[in-house]
Amino acid sequence: MSIVSSLGAGQDATLDALRSGRGGLKPCRFETVALDTHIGEVDGVDDVRLPDNLASFECRNNRLAEMCLHRDGFADAVAMARERYGAGRIGVFLGTSTSGILSAEQAFRARDAQTGALPPSFSFATTHSTGSLADYVRHRLGLEGPAFVVSSACATTSKVFANAARMIATGLCDAAVVGGADSLCLTTLYGFHSLELVSPTPCRPFDADRSGVSLGEGAGFALLERASPDAKPGTIHLLGAGESNDAHHMSTPHPEGLGARLAMERALASAGLRPSDIDYVNLHGTATTYGDAAEDQAITGLLGTRTPVSSTKGYTGHTLGAAGIVEAVISMLALRTGLIPGSPQTITLDPTLRSRYLQANENGRLDRVMTNSFGFGGSNSSLIFGWAA
Amino acid sequence: MRAYVEGIGLLGPGLAGWAASRAVLAGGSAYVATPAALAASPLLPPAERRRSVPTVKLAMAVGAEALEQAGRDPATVATVFASSSGDPDTLHQILETLATEERDISPTRFHNSVHNAPAGYWSIATRCREPSTSLSAHDESFQAGLLEAAAEVTADGWTVGLIAYDLPYPEPLSKVRPISGTFGTALVLTPSPTDRSFACLDIELSHGNEPVSRMADSGLEALRIGNPTARALPLLAALAKLGAGSPSETVVLDLPPGSRIVIQVSWPCR
Repeated sequence: MSIVSSLGAGQDATLDALRSGRGGLKPCRFETVALDTHIGEVDGVDDVRLPDNLASFECRNNRLAEMCLHRDGFADAVAMARERYGAGRIGVFLGTSTSGILSAEQAFRARDAQTGALPPSFSFATTHSTGSLADYVRHRLGLEGPAFVVSSACATTSKVFANAARMIATGLCDAAVVGGADSLCLTTLYGFHSLELVSPTPCRPFDADRSGVSLGEGAGFALLERASPDAKPGTIHLLGAGESNDAHHMSTPHPEGLGARLAMERALASAGLRPSDIDYVNLHGTATTYGDAAEDQAITGLLGTRTPVSSTKGYTGHTLGAAGIVEAVISMLALRTGLIPGSPQTITLDPTLRSRYLQANENGRLDRVMTNSFGFGGSNSSLIFGWAA
Repeated sequence: MRAYVEGIGLLGPGLAGWAASRAVLAGGSAYVATPAALAASPLLPPAERRRSVPTVKLAMAVGAEALEQAGRDPATVATVFASSSGDPDTLHQILETLATEERDISPTRFHNSVHNAPAGYWSIATRCREPSTSLSAHDESFQAGLLEAAAEVTADGWTVGLIAYDLPYPEPLSKVRPISGTFGTALVLTPSPTDRSFACLDIELSHGNEPVSRMADSGLEALRIGNPTARALPLLAALAKLGAGSPSETVVLDLPPGSRIVIQVSWPCR
């Protein structure tokens, strides 16, 4: 698995930030954006160049994906899997919310004054198109199995684990590349601003004075294979996945977190686990007033008030379509290292929230971790990772 | 992967609903491409009805038609929404606004821009909390949706509503991404036969070079090529012919760069 966020590129940079409490949010200087807000921008994305034969895919989102494919030995691990299974037996199931829309935003600013035409350099299918990310990654990794992009808002790169697990269960694939990338763009920065969901200060999940999200960008990938009794010790297993819908509102979560709870219950049921089996939950926790309160109700209603939980969005910001995979990788790093990440950006815990929310890091043996991702449209996903049963 | 069909929804140029389109698709009557009419779903609460954009209207119309034929409460049915794009009108308007000095996007327009907006409206209208995936694979979005829906039916044993839709962009995006016509379709798929089943789909992934199924009528063939979701037409035609006495047909859908989806359409099951 690999990870890139504003904390840095790769697992080591991510762990170093979590250990030291170094966050990735800075005042927004992105592109031509004039908003008073903090964002989690990834350094060096503009310096990435795609290979010549895939140059038509050049856009911020695919560059971010390219950056992440070559971290943590991920592309090499996929190449070995390709040798083992064959290119046609490995699927690609990735998520993004806005894909390469930044390229279209820039193209609309450069329309021909007379004709209104977009500049000839703009390539829709390989940049703006939602499916572009899976197409790029499949070409880049030389894979020929089924490929698509799931775009279920901010739950999307969590949900792809369930999509891939199904494809493997049906026998359509032996393995799958899952994860995805979501990069900063004007649509989401100005869009979240219009909804008055953006905090002027770095976000503070579960804080009594929380004032909304900080937006960020990120990417992450994982190679999912069919579970095998011969798996190497230390192999992390996807123990369960649960998906649900709120059926409540397009951009506001259900006030009691009903959909969130249902996703967690379904993840536990699919894993054959009880609530008390979960050692840590990486929350969705975006630092909106309503969202954190709803998730707290779902957590305490199902897991009680003893399970340690935290949101790492104070570190990375809300990476939107990438939040699922960024936080899945952070959860798997917690499992592997025993580092249970706190939330040092949270200063005064909201006394009305009852979860055991960690502000400081803790250390201990973890056997099963859960990670939650919820999105617009009321889309919810919860995953459980752990050691083999 | 085997799935049983309980309901079909269809809305496209000259294709106003499944019942009204069967004879045309089966080749029994002539195809005339009159524009498809879109209306906000009566299932939605008033606020969401007002805010409905074309993709939401199209997806909800075909989804509701298929679920009604299946005689199922949509609240109990998992969904897969497949489209090559988010709402084209909404994306156009946002991109135009972001090219102005003010960049003043409306909040409703922003939430309507997400790819899963139709899934969100659907779940609000039907009170459905079952799992829902919104996916995209450019020109192969319908094919990808069919694979995902079939995988949910076979791996998880769910009853699934596959709802696929694509609409044209306004200019200038229509120049770089031409999509012809308004076309949506929906299938209700179940893991076991029921009283309402009327077709059996055996769906396999092939890496061979079986010839891709086409439409005999030139107007329908132009639609198949011009609108990503209309890649479903040969499958819909085979389903239409089942009712007209044909016992089975093999449909091949393209899945570039090197694959095909091969579907045996039969009833009773082969």
